Amino acid sequence: MIRCVTVLAIGLGTPAAAAGDRQSGYEIMGPELRAMQDDEAANPGMLWVTEGAALWVAPEGAANRSCASCHGDAAQSMAGVAARYPAWNEAGQGPIDLTGRIGLCRTRHQGAAALARDSRALVALAAFVTRQSDGLPIAPDPDPRLAATREKGKALFETRMGQLNLACADCHDDAAGGQLAAATIPQGHPTGYPQYRLQWEGMGGLHRRFENCMSGVRAEPFGAGSPEYIALEAFLMSRAAGLPVEAPAVRP
Amino acid sequence: MVAMVNIPETVTAGTVVEVKILISHPMETGFRTGPDGTLVPRNIIPEFRCLYGGEEVFRAEIFPAVAANPFLSFFLRAEQTAEVELLWTDEAGQEHSEARLLTVQ
Ligand code: HEC
Ligand code: HEC
Repeated sequence: MIRCVTVLAIGLGTPAAAAGDRQSGYEIMGPELRAMQDDEAANPGMLWVTEGAALWVAPEGAANRSCASCHGDAAQSMAGVAARYPAWNEAGQGPIDLTGRIGLCRTRHQGAAALARDSRALVALAAFVTRQSDGLPIAPDPDPRLAATREKGKALFETRMGQLNLACADCHDDAAGGQLAAATIPQGHPTGYPQYRLQWEGMGGLHRRFENCMSGVRAEPFGAGSPEYIALEAFLMSRAAGLPVEAPAVRP
Repeated sequence: MVAMVNIPETVTAGTVVEVKILISHPMETGFRTGPDGTLVPRNIIPEFRCLYGGEEVFRAEIFPAVAANPFLSFFLRAEQTAEVELLWTDEAGQEHSEARLLTVQ
């Protein structure tokens, strides 16, 4: 089988048969990293959450309005929002992820210049909004118009790609629990994004994680905010339904 | 945002208090190349100090091996109601300080 050869060539360890029980990447981290995530005073992701809290109340753009001018107290208005995204965007008649949604509020509702997806401010706002769902179960949006997006995401997840010719599922379904060089392969649940990743020495969104995995198999990444990544995200969130949101998560 | 400081506000005399601080800083090692291929100049926080009631009670030397956004924690014995000051300067010349009143009952 060609696939097995490829898998051995990149040094995958023996996959644990992890079918059935779903497990957050948190569970397979060492005790030090789990302690770092659990202690608010030591979790570097909290620096972004705190920045996001300040941005939430800062008036911006032609409208000179802050997020709070329209949404009030985030603890009320944003509780559970991140746990439900991606959602259906009526204005654009398509699916939209949380970062995209915040970007739209900024340009359309605040009349401010667009922020780059990986800009510190947008990541901080997304981290702050996601924080309001900390510990809540992932609960995908039931809007039936999202079904096609999830289907597309599932198909992408199972499609082999890149020079290594591996699908996301080859690692995250079939080889989860095995070793890839120094890393233990997680099941790939998007429970904690944006997340503080030690390797990044900073906070980044789920699409940045996708870029890493796609370049890992030497595939051309689809690009942050692309319809492909939003589809993968929508599928992965439904695959992780019920697992608690970790905000902010820490990963190696 | 520069740092998150965590110190108890009110304690009884003689209590050993843990001071925790998370500093937002890139801790550039000077060995990394930027997008244009040239070396990013080194910029770390070489020294961190803590004063309690104006007196130095803790000092740390920090080296380039320390990752971005460093977290420091240390202990001091609460003896009088006084300001706990945390001071650091990075190699780009940015000076920072954070102060918290520690009340001793
Ligand atoms: C002028 C009012 C206004 C401002 C300012 C504003 N928003 Fe919104 N926001 C809305 C409206 C209205 C919606 C509902 C979708 C729509 O019609 O665009 C919305 C939707 C959202 C949602 C999705 C909520 C859900 O339940 O799906 C999020 C998240 C959000 N906004 C975040 C922000 C953030 C973060 C800011 C500041 C950067 C912001 N908004 C600024 C009006 C505003
Ligand atoms: C060759 C194996 C491999 C392939 C193929 C792969 N990944 Fe990954 N993925 C990993 C490893 C290993 C990690 C964990 C890295 C670490 O923590 O250091 C990871 C992490 C993740 C995470 C983060 C989980 C968490 O706990 O935060 C997600 C989400 C993810 N991958 C999604 C994908 C998607 C989507 C694809 C397909 C486009 C994909 N991966 C393809 C190996 C792979």
